[in-house]
Amino acid sequence: MVKQVTSLGRSGLHDWMIQRVSAVVLAAYTIFLLGYLVCGPDVTYEAWREFFGCLYVKLFTLIAIAALAAHAWIGIWTVCTDYIKCSCIRMVVQSASIIACLVYVAWGALIVWGV
Amino acid sequence: MKFQVYRYNPDTDKAPYMKDYELDIPAGSDMMVLDALMLLKEKDPTLAFRRSCREGVCGSDGLNMNGRNGLACVTPLSELKAPIVIRPLPGLPVIRDLVVDMAQFYKQYEKIKPYLLNDEPAPARERLQSPEERAELDGLYECILCACCSTSCPSFWWNPEKFVGPAGLLQAYRFLADSRDTATAERLADLDDAYSVFRCRGIMNCVDVCPKGLNPTHAIGKVRSLLLKNAV
Repeated sequence: MVKQVTSLGRSGLHDWMIQRVSAVVLAAYTIFLLGYLVCGPDVTYEAWREFFGCLYVKLFTLIAIAALAAHAWIGIWTVCTDYIKCSCIRMVVQSASIIACLVYVAWGALIVWGV
Repeated sequence: MKFQVYRYNPDTDKAPYMKDYELDIPAGSDMMVLDALMLLKEKDPTLAFRRSCREGVCGSDGLNMNGRNGLACVTPLSELKAPIVIRPLPGLPVIRDLVVDMAQFYKQYEKIKPYLLNDEPAPARERLQSPEERAELDGLYECILCACCSTSCPSFWWNPEKFVGPAGLLQAYRFLADSRDTATAERLADLDDAYSVFRCRGIMNCVDVCPKGLNPTHAIGKVRSLLLKNAV
């Protein structure tokens, strides 16, 4: 059993599940957005604002942002552990990527909830 | 026929190099790469490589031939384009010429406890299996530990000390699937980290090169399914 402190999940299986579930959420959100762009009204500022003003769109967007952050966290962690052999550099890159993910989630929530 | 063979003697060479050889091999010959290596060794006795059974059973002569891992004794020369480039198995330290240090590979194999664990009282004669239970082991027990699969796997190259590798995981599933083994929970707990199993990205290099035609990726999928079933 190999231990790790900077991964998102509690175990390999946990990370694996999060990555797959978040991928499904992101795929669903992409289809949802494409559906709106193709079938919805002309994209004007007012229409776009009205679309993101709906509570369910806000919730779905927030879930998608969280899924993107979780997906990126696990993905970058995996790439770092494959290619960065120096543990100091790895620690710095992993910490920076985790902070970036958390900042993007907070920033995304502020933007979506500000509409 | 032209050959380029990886040569490295740490006692005399500063760095590895490729040495050119030429052999007269009649057209339509059914010689194997190992036969050619034996002829080359007659010409140049300093060339070092491992071999034993010369019929694909012992797994000693795993090599990289024209960029692809395989057993030299069951790889016909006629299947390879000249010049035939022969290198040691990639990703493992070279001891000399085509001989690699397999310690890391065996360490991962040892990690999965490749033996039956059973805490029930031993029966008078033996632990019996039904034909169906025995059939579960087909495609798993045949592995000869030649290391062709693990050394063709980039995940094993990057993390050989943490990722068990396709050969080890095929054997891990061989014991998880065995009806006589009672340590399933313990075995699964040992594998449930981010590296041991989950470093497999399913690129199937292992399946592509296995000289016994086994499917480690399928076995790894089964281990993942068992981990998932155990956890939900």
